[in-house]
Amino acid sequence: MATVSANSATVAHAAEHDHHEPQSFWRTYIFSEDHKTIAKQYLISGIFWSIIGISLSVMFRLQLGFPNMKLDFLRPILGTWINDTGKLDPDFYLALVTMHGTIMVFFVLTAGLSGTFSNFLIPLQVGARDMASGFLNMLSYWFFFMASVLMFGSLFIETGPASGGWVIYPPLSALPQAHKGSELGMTLWLVSMALFIVSQLLGGINYITTVINLRTRGMSFSKLPLTIWAFLLTAILGLISFPVLLSAALLLIFDRSFGTSFYLSEIYIKGEALPNVGGSPILFQHLFWFLGHPEVYIVLLPALGMTSEIIATNSRKPIFGYRAMIASMMGIAFLAFIVWAHHMFVTGMNPFLGSIFMFLTLIIAVPSAVKAFNYITTLWRGNIRFTPAMLFSIGLVSFFISGGLTGIILGNSALDIQLHDTYFVVAHFHLVMGAASAFGLLAGVYHWFPKMFGRLMNEKLGYIHFWMTFIGIYLVFFPMHYIGIAGFPRRYYAFTSYDFTKNIFADMNAFISLAAIFTFTAQWIFIYNFVHSLIKGKKSPQNPWKSNTLEWTAPISPGHGNWPGEIPAVYRWPYDYSKPGAKDDFIPQNVPYSQTPESNLPHENELIGLEKEIEAQNLNDQFNQPH
Amino acid sequence: MVYIVALLAVIFLGLAAVVVSRMAAVVKNASGPVEEGHIGLSNRINGMLMIVFFVLGLIGAAWSFLYAKQFFLPEASSPHGRHTDFLFWLGMSIITVAFVVTNALLFFFAWRYQHRDGYKAAYYPENHKLELIWTVIPAVVMALLVFTGWKAWRDIMAEAPADAQVFEIVGKQFNWIARYPGVDNNKLGSFNYKLIDNSNETGIDYTDEASFDDFVSTSELHIPVNKPILLKIRARDVLHSVFIPHLRVKMDAVPGMPTRFQFTADKTTDEMKNITGNPNFTYEIACTEVCGQGHFSMRIRLVVEDEASWLAWCKEQKPLLTSTPELANRIPANLKAKAAKYLPADATAAPADSVTASILPKGVIVASATH
Repeated sequence: MATVSANSATVAHAAEHDHHEPQSFWRTYIFSEDHKTIAKQYLISGIFWSIIGISLSVMFRLQLGFPNMKLDFLRPILGTWINDTGKLDPDFYLALVTMHGTIMVFFVLTAGLSGTFSNFLIPLQVGARDMASGFLNMLSYWFFFMASVLMFGSLFIETGPASGGWVIYPPLSALPQAHKGSELGMTLWLVSMALFIVSQLLGGINYITTVINLRTRGMSFSKLPLTIWAFLLTAILGLISFPVLLSAALLLIFDRSFGTSFYLSEIYIKGEALPNVGGSPILFQHLFWFLGHPEVYIVLLPALGMTSEIIATNSRKPIFGYRAMIASMMGIAFLAFIVWAHHMFVTGMNPFLGSIFMFLTLIIAVPSAVKAFNYITTLWRGNIRFTPAMLFSIGLVSFFISGGLTGIILGNSALDIQLHDTYFVVAHFHLVMGAASAFGLLAGVYHWFPKMFGRLMNEKLGYIHFWMTFIGIYLVFFPMHYIGIAGFPRRYYAFTSYDFTKNIFADMNAFISLAAIFTFTAQWIFIYNFVHSLIKGKKSPQNPWKSNTLEWTAPISPGHGNWPGEIPAVYRWPYDYSKPGAKDDFIPQNVPYSQTPESNLPHENELIGLEKEIEAQNLNDQFNQPH
Repeated sequence: MVYIVALLAVIFLGLAAVVVSRMAAVVKNASGPVEEGHIGLSNRINGMLMIVFFVLGLIGAAWSFLYAKQFFLPEASSPHGRHTDFLFWLGMSIITVAFVVTNALLFFFAWRYQHRDGYKAAYYPENHKLELIWTVIPAVVMALLVFTGWKAWRDIMAEAPADAQVFEIVGKQFNWIARYPGVDNNKLGSFNYKLIDNSNETGIDYTDEASFDDFVSTSELHIPVNKPILLKIRARDVLHSVFIPHLRVKMDAVPGMPTRFQFTADKTTDEMKNITGNPNFTYEIACTEVCGQGHFSMRIRLVVEDEASWLAWCKEQKPLLTSTPELANRIPANLKAKAAKYLPADATAAPADSVTASILPKGVIVASATH
């Protein structure tokens, strides 16, 4: 089992390692330090949160689509938030909107997506035994778990959860007397998010360290799969931006509880002039969006990385423009930090600043366009196999284009004057960030389910799930643009107070709500498929998608340490699909060039000489380190 | 449309039924033998569905646009609004072309290059020329859009001309309060949030003589047509945002940080009644920054009329000082005489000690904005 080159002491140590006592149930499944188990914990939590988050959106869509509907049937769940006449409470409407946003952005698309796939794929794809620190990784999950418990608990308190929008702008969120949702619910939101940020930082440090330090022999950065590039850049984004949100939240906690005036100035509320002067609500917005905008890419980049991998594998072609893909991800990651104020064009911020941020924002369209074109060119002259993962990846590209294009309109500060905080914005970001990332998540689950659980998901159900979801999401968000162009503001409980919204688009809103319910219903097919395949799914072969990356060289259900014996060395990039001359249409990364003389390109023959050197390296195998 | 919705609901139900029945069949087959690695009918169906989806989707998009168009806001009633409308539709046409072309390629390639037995995909890892082209083209288009947008933005956000008519709008939970500079000096008086109470909702500071003729309204804002307007915006409690959809005006109201928006309305309310064919047409101001329970109903009417009738209307309005004479207590003694003409005769005879009582003690620093 031990490495051939290792001395006898190491052999003895490694052998000892194979005979670990079986760990207790608690250490294996609950407080596990194994990255695969932690990934599954994140996945299950993410699925749980997505059910909650989407259910909340269905509830407020009922209110928006059918304002006269008697909602008494929701009383068993919502209790007194449904008033005596069967109407949804306006305060709780805002709570629903707020919690939907918070849950979907942070708990599903950040923790559920990065948490699951960064944890699962980084060690397996870079060729590591586990994360750099299994203990920090475990802490990361359990901080997330505590954050989840608090956030979930806040849904059930008497004054309701936080309800000032997911952006929790003060002074509304700072003043309990301003709003029901700014009472205990807001406190719980802030504490929960503080724990969540700790979890993200612990996770992020681990991801970065693992990618940098624990790559296997030969796995240079230029041979990393795009998934890993995406996870690495995502982790860096999170590491730099989440602390800023933490400080924003802490200052808000101070303003709420300790009488400071960071965000408060010259306020007269409920018959009382508050003593606070000198603070600025705009400061909070700057701090919030300094995270908030990178956050968009924190949820999107992993999805883009995974779908790059899935599209290349299932097109049986190398990803087009591997280096351009990396460069555009780096470009996006860098620009993500200097565009935040495009969320604030009409907040009263200095208009000159608005001009600067408009320029910077629209530059982001260039790397994004490059990515979209590269995806499309990867399909060109491919030999496409439509697995459910591939379908969801193609869906992601479509959403990314359709939603991204309207960003060009919104990033233009002059046009944003009219469209800011209307349904046009809602449609835009749900397509480009919400739906696209969710499709990345689903594609990832379908693609790596066999590696996670050793079984295959049912493909037919996957197809039905994809088409219903894909059509459903377009039916929800495409018409929403029209409502936005007509000037409908977002976060409105009802559209009956204004002539310009009264009596129009009631049918369109009803249609959107029906489409949302339809889409939500379709997700139960996925849940069913997931649970059923988990128990009764067909056993997976070792490399079901004939993929090149390292995780498929590990056993079908990898144990602790991922590879029995030596970790494979890496000799080539991960996209040698359909290489001319090769007998199969894929050559895994661990196949040396010396074994494939028939398909080597001229410069690759020169690399054969380096193989000995790669094999001689003995880097960072955690099982070979004394511990 | 209601019928369409009903129809679609039926279709959805039908689809759901199909799914349930399929699911039963699938579950039955799940344990049965499945050929290893065979790529067959399902792949072709999915490939075909790509094209079907694209074609039907495009038809649906075009039809729904033509249907929804009637409900879009009418042409803007402000010059800057018409300019941004033009830029919006220009941008929309460019992105629509990009939308159709890229989605068409995506779905077409997906269908065209679906798996065929015995076919090998092209090994085509990169093409620098191609990549350069599609980096440069979006960059150039983007530069054009940015430049036009930036010019429009710069003009809209420029300083208001000196002769602009000033108004103030104050947001609170949950209504707007309009303050007029008054007909005598046409100047807004200064304010201080600590002076706010039920009789003085915007915190007008009566130690400033420009305040004496100011008047307020919570139901409507009257503005003159074809005259530059400078709207000074502030908030009393939490964030609000002034949104005048027909004028393409939006700006947040921020407690502690007055903001402003300058514009010109060039169609009166009456003209808009003719243009829209709606005898009840009225301009409206809404709130677009979530501010609590009543966020969705912070309506105040905006009346745009020609300058003569606007002036006449203003003259009919009573200064706040006149309608609420007890505010006279706050006027310092040296300005009493100047305020006298706004007050009923007996109010000027108020006891002198109340004057000093209402003035803030010296040395107390309060943030107050002056104009």
